[in-house]
Amino acid sequence: MNRHPGTSGLIFNEPNLWEKSRRGRCAISLPKADVDRVELDQNLTEEAPELPQLSELDVVRHYTRLSQWNFGVDSGMYPLGSCTMKYNPKTNEVQAARQGFAAAHPLAGDEYSQGALKLMYNLEQYLGSITGFDAVTLQPAAGAHGELAGMLMIHAFHAKKGKQRSKIIIPDTAHGTNPASASLCGYESINIKSGKNGILEPEDVAAVMDEDTAGIMVTNPNTLGLFESNIKEIADIVHSKGGLVYGDGANMNAIMGIVKPGEIGIDVLHLNLHKTFSTPHGGGGPGSGPVAVGKILEPFLPVPRIVKELDSYRFVVNRPDTIGRIHTFYGHFSIMVRAYSYILSMGAKGLTDASKLAVLNANYIKESLKGTLNLPYDMPCMHECVFNDAIQKENHITTMDMAKRLLDYGFHPPTVYFPLVIEGSFMVEPTETESKEDIDQFIDAVKAIAKEAKQDPETLKNAPFLTKVTRLDEVAAARKPCLRG
Amino acid sequence: MKEINDLNLPEDLKYTKDHEWAKLSDGVITIGINDYAQDQLGEIVFVELPETGDTFEKDDEFGSVESVKAVSEIYMPVAGEITEINEGLEDAPELVNESCYDDGWIIKVKPDDMSQFEALLDKGAYIDMLKG
Repeated sequence: MNRHPGTSGLIFNEPNLWEKSRRGRCAISLPKADVDRVELDQNLTEEAPELPQLSELDVVRHYTRLSQWNFGVDSGMYPLGSCTMKYNPKTNEVQAARQGFAAAHPLAGDEYSQGALKLMYNLEQYLGSITGFDAVTLQPAAGAHGELAGMLMIHAFHAKKGKQRSKIIIPDTAHGTNPASASLCGYESINIKSGKNGILEPEDVAAVMDEDTAGIMVTNPNTLGLFESNIKEIADIVHSKGGLVYGDGANMNAIMGIVKPGEIGIDVLHLNLHKTFSTPHGGGGPGSGPVAVGKILEPFLPVPRIVKELDSYRFVVNRPDTIGRIHTFYGHFSIMVRAYSYILSMGAKGLTDASKLAVLNANYIKESLKGTLNLPYDMPCMHECVFNDAIQKENHITTMDMAKRLLDYGFHPPTVYFPLVIEGSFMVEPTETESKEDIDQFIDAVKAIAKEAKQDPETLKNAPFLTKVTRLDEVAAARKPCLRG
Repeated sequence: MKEINDLNLPEDLKYTKDHEWAKLSDGVITIGINDYAQDQLGEIVFVELPETGDTFEKDDEFGSVESVKAVSEIYMPVAGEITEINEGLEDAPELVNESCYDDGWIIKVKPDDMSQFEALLDKGAYIDMLKG
């Protein structure tokens, strides 16, 4: 078997920037002022902020060293998968950095922003076509914000009908943000459990769906990485009582080009551009959570909407049933440029292949590690597979111990302790971009760790050893958080 | 993780299927989470408490317990009004792990209906439920 990618090497210590600061050191030289110096009104001024003073090389080394302490998808396999971020093709960055996009100003006016508007309009069309819906808004700042926008539209829909409803059905395999979004709209969450195969059973939905229930929020594929194959029947049950079906499309990356949510009974769906369309995310970077709707919810979409007239584009705000504006300006534009670049560079077949490979890779890992790790739901998965630590518990080794040890082997840990439906979840999402060689190395590393769990459990409990920072005291960090530098 | 036989489940307490315990004394019911719950959750890092004077129905969520692994809701074994909360848990949530029946109690409640307390599980019935 191949050698594991994890090894040790020289890692540099690095103080914070204020410690490195020396008075008068500077990394930039501004051009000489070509206007006279003018003193500002004293009421407008105060002491200058205390910023570190550093040379260019100080700054370059600082961030380079910090980046070397980190584990990123550019350095190794990252089985957290798209929940955090999948690989971002570099061409997306090149396109987003183009002056016309990077320097576009939101107050420039429609007539000076035709290229940007055209890109947004086309992206809406593409996302509508991929998901099978009539209209799309790009405004929401990220997935959970998209959920809120979608739920506000469902709320507005019932209000328009003249009778608001009070409840919403949410299964235990939905994303944890779903109840929060529903709650912000004033709906009480009615939680239902998934069936024995990890998917929703229509009779469980029928048992709680009534005419005071606004609808259901379904994550499909669900958080166990399983496809909700009863979705059409469930949608019929909800619709028959006048409810609507909210689709959490966070996991759309598994079904692009295969399933169109708009055609299987879902009324409104949000996407996470970072999950499905390879835009940056994680570390607090800007997200983007477009929402797609069918004809019945189109009047409620947030404003402004972009309309195309002949070959020109403009914003329209005058729409009587709109839920209003949900973001300053038009959303996170530079993220839209990256998603647009991804869609165009992949093409329809490429996107379909990406989903197929994401699913194939996850199933390959599931079959290869079944038996090494316990697999609570042994059935074909979508883009991710969920194991747990039931086998290793005999040796008092937990999911956390194995996750930490993976770092020593050169792999980022997978998602742990989520989804909550499974105790000690160890959820692996390889994504479509990992090669078979890299996936085989990962499988081999997990097998080696499972062996260590039996033969040398004490080592696992103290892992990792090769990282700049070894096992952290997470309990102390959570109980006594240090919130200031 | 403890085996069922190793759990500390005092005879004089009542239990719920959600792993709370309840103890009656002078008309006031003290409530916390039991040894099984604290053991399953692992090291507890935060306890979200209700406010004194809040009223809840039986089975209402009145707070939550957060460990490194997960956040778990805690539910009212009986309907009633909160008369006291364990403020010591704000700075020392670990008390729930170290002393779940004494220093790690969570709330005290003036019950609306004493029969709800009587209907809670005793130790034997709770263990039968754990064994499934």
